Amino acid sequence: MSTLVIIVVVGVFTGIAIAIVSKFFGVESNPLEDQVKELLPGANCGGCGYAGCSGYAKALAEGKAAPGACAAQKPEDLKKTAALLGASVEQKVPKVAVVFCSGDDTNATRQAQYNGINNCRDAMFVAAGAKTCTYGCLGLGACARVCPFGAIEITDKHLAVVHKELCRGCGKCVQACPKKLIRLVPRSAEIHVHCSNPMKGAVKLRGCKAACIGCGKCVRTAPDNMRINNGTALAEVNYGNPPAEELAQVCPTHALRK
Amino acid sequence: MIKIFHFYGGVHPQEAKISRGVSIVDAPLYPLYTVPLAMHIGAPARSLVKVGDTVLRGQQIGEPASFVSSAIHSPTSGKVKALDVCLSPQGTQLPCVVIESDGEDTPAEPLPPIPDWRDADPDILRKRVAEAGIVGMGGASFPTPVKLSIPPGKSIDTLIINGVECEPCLTADHRLMLESPKMILEGVELVARILGVKNVFIGIENNKPDAIQVLDKEAAAYTDPVIHVLPLHVRYPQGAEKQLIYAITKRQVPSGGLPADVHCVVQNIGSIYAIAEAVIHGKPLYERVTTVTGTPLVSTGNWRFRVGTSYAEAIKLAGGLKEGASIAKLISGGPMMGMTVYSQSIPVMKNTSGILLMAPEEVHQYTSKACLRCGRCNDVCPMQLMPGILSVQIENERFDDAQNWHVMDCIECGCCAYTCPAGRPLVQHMRRAKSEVGAKLRAAKAAK
Repeated sequence: MSTLVIIVVVGVFTGIAIAIVSKFFGVESNPLEDQVKELLPGANCGGCGYAGCSGYAKALAEGKAAPGACAAQKPEDLKKTAALLGASVEQKVPKVAVVFCSGDDTNATRQAQYNGINNCRDAMFVAAGAKTCTYGCLGLGACARVCPFGAIEITDKHLAVVHKELCRGCGKCVQACPKKLIRLVPRSAEIHVHCSNPMKGAVKLRGCKAACIGCGKCVRTAPDNMRINNGTALAEVNYGNPPAEELAQVCPTHALRK
Repeated sequence: MIKIFHFYGGVHPQEAKISRGVSIVDAPLYPLYTVPLAMHIGAPARSLVKVGDTVLRGQQIGEPASFVSSAIHSPTSGKVKALDVCLSPQGTQLPCVVIESDGEDTPAEPLPPIPDWRDADPDILRKRVAEAGIVGMGGASFPTPVKLSIPPGKSIDTLIINGVECEPCLTADHRLMLESPKMILEGVELVARILGVKNVFIGIENNKPDAIQVLDKEAAAYTDPVIHVLPLHVRYPQGAEKQLIYAITKRQVPSGGLPADVHCVVQNIGSIYAIAEAVIHGKPLYERVTTVTGTPLVSTGNWRFRVGTSYAEAIKLAGGLKEGASIAKLISGGPMMGMTVYSQSIPVMKNTSGILLMAPEEVHQYTSKACLRCGRCNDVCPMQLMPGILSVQIENERFDDAQNWHVMDCIECGCCAYTCPAGRPLVQHMRRAKSEVGAKLRAAKAAK
């Protein structure tokens, strides 16, 4: 019985104390800040230059930042944010990350067995990963580890693949890839040249069956949508005017694909 | 002989110097040489030739592109077949000049020899070292002329010659000391004159008693400067610059500092020999002594290879593989600090001290386990770092912490990984952290 009394008395006193403290020492939260924060993706990637999403939301609410700095924000959320803040925002081209390599275990060969640390950035210090194509994806997942949205998958054939529907285009993986294989491209483009090796076609084919050999077939078929990267044996999608998905069929090595 | 010198930490791996008794032999002329334009630390050299040009042996084909860079010379006479890229031991692509030999091996006009170098102006000698494209031949390949120009505000009172060759398996410097002691001592005097140094020490580990004896006998004739030949305790990595300075002078290079901060300059035996040849005979640096060794090989030995010779040719020269033998690992350099490479097309460069082949039964594969906190790595780290703690920080990508724990002082000698009972790839962790922290420091400097 006495136990119950003590608990009740302590509870009442604590409640009163909390009420007093919150009345006098409470921090007023800006309702606008909370609303803006709700519209941010919440991945805390830091791409906007502020300390996570709450930092950016605070800066937005205080008028110190302009909406649109978050690369990962969905376009409709950006529109809502702009409406809340009464600011105008120009709609940016939504982007998506693409791994420009097709060199998985079936296509590309390795010259040696790598037994070191399971991270691409570490593998760079042991003969740069020992792939025949020195430009190719090592498949050890440095990009997948930094992706705040879980959009990058390392396939069981050791190739990094970005899932377009999950990618928000924040660009963290672009910096993480030691081979510089990932680029942000407009979301509207359906197909890409999945190769980054600028060397001659014959040299590339020795290391990878799916390399772009620079034959120019795609460029001849769709001269407005494709071009050869000058000086290299590497075709490139004209992202200002991307080609239709059907063009992928002309590529003999299937480097041009979805 | 006086007392034996040593330093903190280190390990003593099996020496395995099986080619120590084999004399240096000149390698034959090969039809093709792939000469990289970046055989040194710093900016790659600018090519001076075009495809189709005829070049002569010793002709300059690359000029230094910046202060920290080096000249490159043709290893033989012939035609420039291509300006291409080739693979480096680090797995990166280097720009290179492919020279097709004409079989004549016609020498170019040599640089004018300086017979009266004892009275010559140090600046003339320094210029000659730069013209001859000499770099540190111990492994780091830092351009020697930069090392020989004393930074403003610093003074040099001690010259240390590194004849330690602490790497197991390698014997190139050992053979060079045994076979050309006169040339080496002239080179030593020459460098001492360039630096204006009166105090010269040649450090040699006492597993090379014959080399100590030969050099000691020759050095007795020198009075200005006095050359001391010091036997050192056998301990890896004694050949590392900072460890050698400490072993001999008991001076400690400050963290992030240079040998010049403790008034020392260290030169490798191979570089000394190349400097002597460049000044006395006017011969630029286009060949070096390299040890080709390993149990799978029919014979092992020390050959004078011209730069640009492929590893495949070097292995063929050593008789190729024994019957039934196979290679599990091909290493450019020694077993402790060398780089494992996967292609035999890599060319011999100015810093290739050895080519080592390992059989499958010699190569152990470890799976990295958690750090046991046993502290063995702390006991052996010659830089007195704590590799175990660092590796845990680096594994979790806490590079700022690693920087505070002085990861940038790591010399990547590999003693920690050699001794680790948990089989942790500690050196690989350190390399990663050094590259990440280095990039951060460079970015901060550029922002300033």
